[in-house]
Amino acid sequence: MDGIRATLRLDRTGFSLETDIVIPDRGITSIFGPSGSGKTTLLRCVAGLEPAASGTISVRGERWQEGKFFLPAHKRPVGYVFQEASLFPHLSVAGNLRYGLRRSATSRIGLLDRAVELAGIATLLERRPESLSGGERQRVAIARALCVDPQVLLMDEPLSGLDQARKSEILPYLERLHEELEIPILYVTHSAEEVVRLADHLVLLDAGRVRAQGTLPDLLSRLDPGIRLGGDPGAVLEGTVGERDGIWHLARIDFPGGALWARDTGIAEGRSVRLRVLARDVGLSLEPPRDTSILNLLPAKVEEIGEDDHPGLALARVRVGSTALLARLTRRSAATLGIAPGRQVWAQVKSVALMDERGGGEEP
Amino acid sequence: MDRNDLLSLWLTLRLALSVTAILLAVGTPLAWWLARTASRWKGPVAAVVSLPLVLPPSVLGFYLLLAMGPHGPLGHLTAALGMDPLPFTFRGLVVASLLYSLPFTVQPMQSAFESQGRRLLEVAATMRASPLDAFLSVAAPLALPGFLTATAMTFAHTVGEFGVVLMIGGDLPGATRVASIRIFDHVEAMDYGAAHRLAGTLLASSFLVLLSVQLWRPRRRTA
Repeated sequence: MDGIRATLRLDRTGFSLETDIVIPDRGITSIFGPSGSGKTTLLRCVAGLEPAASGTISVRGERWQEGKFFLPAHKRPVGYVFQEASLFPHLSVAGNLRYGLRRSATSRIGLLDRAVELAGIATLLERRPESLSGGERQRVAIARALCVDPQVLLMDEPLSGLDQARKSEILPYLERLHEELEIPILYVTHSAEEVVRLADHLVLLDAGRVRAQGTLPDLLSRLDPGIRLGGDPGAVLEGTVGERDGIWHLARIDFPGGALWARDTGIAEGRSVRLRVLARDVGLSLEPPRDTSILNLLPAKVEEIGEDDHPGLALARVRVGSTALLARLTRRSAATLGIAPGRQVWAQVKSVALMDERGGGEEP
Repeated sequence: MDRNDLLSLWLTLRLALSVTAILLAVGTPLAWWLARTASRWKGPVAAVVSLPLVLPPSVLGFYLLLAMGPHGPLGHLTAALGMDPLPFTFRGLVVASLLYSLPFTVQPMQSAFESQGRRLLEVAATMRASPLDAFLSVAAPLALPGFLTATAMTFAHTVGEFGVVLMIGGDLPGATRVASIRIFDHVEAMDYGAAHRLAGTLLASSFLVLLSVQLWRPRRRTA
């Protein structure tokens, strides 16, 4: 079942939004794009906060908007985390949580406790919003959004106003939401790091139009320069910790079609992890190189070659089993080695970034 | 203070309480509308609401007198309803004071609502609060300082009015002779002692009303 289908149109002076998006029923869908691309507006349309928007929205089979029919915001079962926490200043933390709890249609038992536990705010309940730090406020805002028992969780750059330390404080909670909530989460951001770390699905927005949408591994391994997140191109792959080598402090990450060794960051065996492999860290050779310091050597098949940022460079997408990697190479190497679609090669992966609870990446 | 002085104080209190109660009921939705609307009528309506601030009370009183008279629209209305004409009655004073004190109710509340912005109401909407529910549970409690100021200003201003009262109400004991008129009578009769007693009472009570608002005013919280 689709989570959210939305065909929307909104015209303002100097800006128009025209989108057609399909969002899966579970997991985090990141809405990514430069500022002014309409990310927040799209989220507000889904929440019913833009009555001027026309089009259709259906969520988990329910019609929220179609033609003249417009379900008002307070009747849409969404949880909304605004960019600034926007807590009610006249209520305590507990009062803020109960506000939505009292008004939610289901008011399931344990909803409040679970939200409090998920956001880690048990010790803050009696506090006033003005006495909280920025990170605490945002966690309360997340818990508050969960207390309405939402069918969809909408998050508008929940980390953007926070410094790096506060971001690292909240990211693990977001990852827990991701693991534990069985509802679609729409997550607006302009941070490539948050996308790579959290998103399963990606909607790329530019000037009010959808540039591309799809699963994160699929979109990030495309060669089209228009759909990069900014910064270095690189593939994202999902795997599980297969083995931890205590002697050399390495962890083997198994993914469909192969395995990669990464520096052991203490993640337990069997846990699923996400790896980011930048194109500049992947080299291609026709024969398996001998006596190299590079640990990760994978048999791969070249699928497509495309342009890179510089005329001397090219990007190649190669498949290792069913998993795609990007490799950056010079055009000269591509020509002299005869690297072309269909060719069997060896991919040497110099460095792997493990997206783990500590934020950012780790390199072996 | 003689019996007539006490009667005028009682009349003043009744007038101020009636006007404050009615204006809070009428002014709140008006202030809310002015704070939220994008209508092209906002400007004209706001200007009309503010007119009593700048008009000489005699001007306002003069036109009200004409309107309430037997040939004015309010006069026709009262006649159609089978009521006595409004001029020189307590009811007439209430109607005149409602107009005269309107900006003192609406403006503090309007700025209290405007300073809240829309965000918290949107938050309330995403938490299943209907617009009325959001108003009662979020906007109104946050505007409490504005309500207090509006109440005190309306009350104190109604107590203190003179010109409009004189034009509409005249000087009828027990019906329209409010304290400010009574003071004028004392001064005109050169009875400065009596004027002092009544004027001092008004001065002290007005001061106490405004002081209590300052003391009760909740500490301003950051949103």
